[in-house]
Amino acid sequence: MAEVAVNTSAAASSPGAAAGPPAVQTVELSKRFGKTVALAGLTMTVPRGEVFGFLGPNGAGKTTAVKLLLGLLRKTSGDGRLLGKPIGDLQTRRHIGYLPELFRYQSWLSAAEVLALHCELAPLPRSSWKDEIKTALETVGLSDRANDRVGTFSKGMQQRLGLGAALLGEPELVFLDEPTSALDPVGRHDVREIIRGLASRGTAVFLNSHLLSEVEQVCDRVAVVDHGRVIASGTMNELLSGTVVRVRVTDLTPADKNKLADFGRVDVEGDQLTFANLDQERVPELVAAIVDLGGRVYEVAPRHQTLEDRFLQLLADEDR
Amino acid sequence: MAPVLVIARLTVQESSRRRLLLALLILTLVVVGFSAWGFNKITTVRNNAGDLLPPEQVALITSQLLIVVVFMFSGVLALSAAVVAGPLISGEVESGLLLSMLARPLRRSEVVIGKWLGLAILVGIYAAGAGALELAAVDWATGYLPPHPVDLLVYVAAEGLVLLSLGLVLSTRLSGITAGVIALVAWLMGWIAGVVGDIGTGLQNQALENVGVISHLALPSDGLWRGAIYAMEPDTLIAALKAAGTFGRANPFAAVDPPPIEFLVWVAIWFALMLALSVWSFRIREI
Repeated sequence: MAEVAVNTSAAASSPGAAAGPPAVQTVELSKRFGKTVALAGLTMTVPRGEVFGFLGPNGAGKTTAVKLLLGLLRKTSGDGRLLGKPIGDLQTRRHIGYLPELFRYQSWLSAAEVLALHCELAPLPRSSWKDEIKTALETVGLSDRANDRVGTFSKGMQQRLGLGAALLGEPELVFLDEPTSALDPVGRHDVREIIRGLASRGTAVFLNSHLLSEVEQVCDRVAVVDHGRVIASGTMNELLSGTVVRVRVTDLTPADKNKLADFGRVDVEGDQLTFANLDQERVPELVAAIVDLGGRVYEVAPRHQTLEDRFLQLLADEDR
Repeated sequence: MAPVLVIARLTVQESSRRRLLLALLILTLVVVGFSAWGFNKITTVRNNAGDLLPPEQVALITSQLLIVVVFMFSGVLALSAAVVAGPLISGEVESGLLLSMLARPLRRSEVVIGKWLGLAILVGIYAAGAGALELAAVDWATGYLPPHPVDLLVYVAAEGLVLLSLGLVLSTRLSGITAGVIALVAWLMGWIAGVVGDIGTGLQNQALENVGVISHLALPSDGLWRGAIYAMEPDTLIAALKAAGTFGRANPFAAVDPPPIEFLVWVAIWFALMLALSVWSFRIREI
């Protein structure tokens, strides 16, 4: 069983968090495609108002999890609820926004028409469409292309349009599946701002991504998934408690480097040794050990672990 | 607007914006223009004595030629319906177009029925518009109007709907090109099986006759085409065919009787079955 710890305190502390059942709740949710296990017993709770990062390498099961939650795929076993209602409940979908990883919109419609279509399907009161469309276009920076055919849009602009569609009607829960995959750095910054804006008004955001710096900047809590199961989860502080130590050293043989295994996982790139998770108190001990082995130390640079460091460490531990 | 109607409207809008309707309109006008010119030539034909053909003979020749022209029309309609219906669901699943829509409070049955309805409207408009235009052109050119013009248009439209429905079922599971090709081949095989059935009637061979019956039940397009033929034939021709007995029935471009009411009831059931199968197939499909 892969379990993501329930964090009710995060819900309570999130600005604008609404009372009521969690935004997402799953118990042993599983999906198999034939003999392939795409998702193995996902148990997790995402409180309302929280920005939740769902991380993993390609093919880890992130998109499968989102599609299961949205009823686009049928579960093999387990249970899931969105906003307190079982997966697939039609009325619940009125309060959910979704930007798919494979975003595609009607190329023969204009951007405003695509948004109007989603207003109609949502369904939102017709009297609100004009304001909803205007706000969505402004939010994603497409106001000046409102009446242009989607077929003339770049991929990045189509992704912005998809994000705009996901924001219509002030949803209580938004699923964003790799929302910046086609965006330039400015677009990525804009998306982070949009996510922060959603969180500030109490919308829960389920962010699927393998862009770790992005997740690190906006998420309250993350879960790391690999081979269909969650291998770690928690708040950023909980996950990133270790220190990474980079040492520039010469005159060490491969055998010497292997003798440093006591100091945890080490990545070797030329003269640089990077210790992925080392207590800062052990740095003098590490330097002494290298000197004892005959190594000549030129630089020792301890720094806080990034999400990428932690992520790579988790995946490496998994592969062992 | 109900979600079914939203999807139907979207389907019609797509065909319009992609200029499918414009292309069909232009092609239809060209064909109707040429056929009007051709039909008009019948009235200028003279017999061995150098006289113009009598009106009965003009009507007979026109009715036969009209059957061939309408066969081409129905073929274009069937082909278009199959080609458009083939990727109707699968194309949007493969491209991801349906992902964000199905995350809305939209039932999959509403997607399927809405798409069918949208294309059915287009098939109906094309059959009625193009058919009426052709009949008007023939009437202008020769003075001949088939005895049952409304029946004719209904049968031609229904034939298009058969291909549309078959293409839609296949589209819920197969890629667009595969679904379209299978629907087209099925239409051709259905027509050929009808011809085999005619040969069986002519030869009074029950086994061959059954091929035609079974094919009409499995895919009613050819059975409906026979209804269209009957609607185009003048009474004198039908009387002559009846007088010829079984050999009068052994002709793929002739019909002695209108389709039996049991067959028409079966066609209605067949449509319902195809739609139900499409909905069920798409509902359990993983996207």
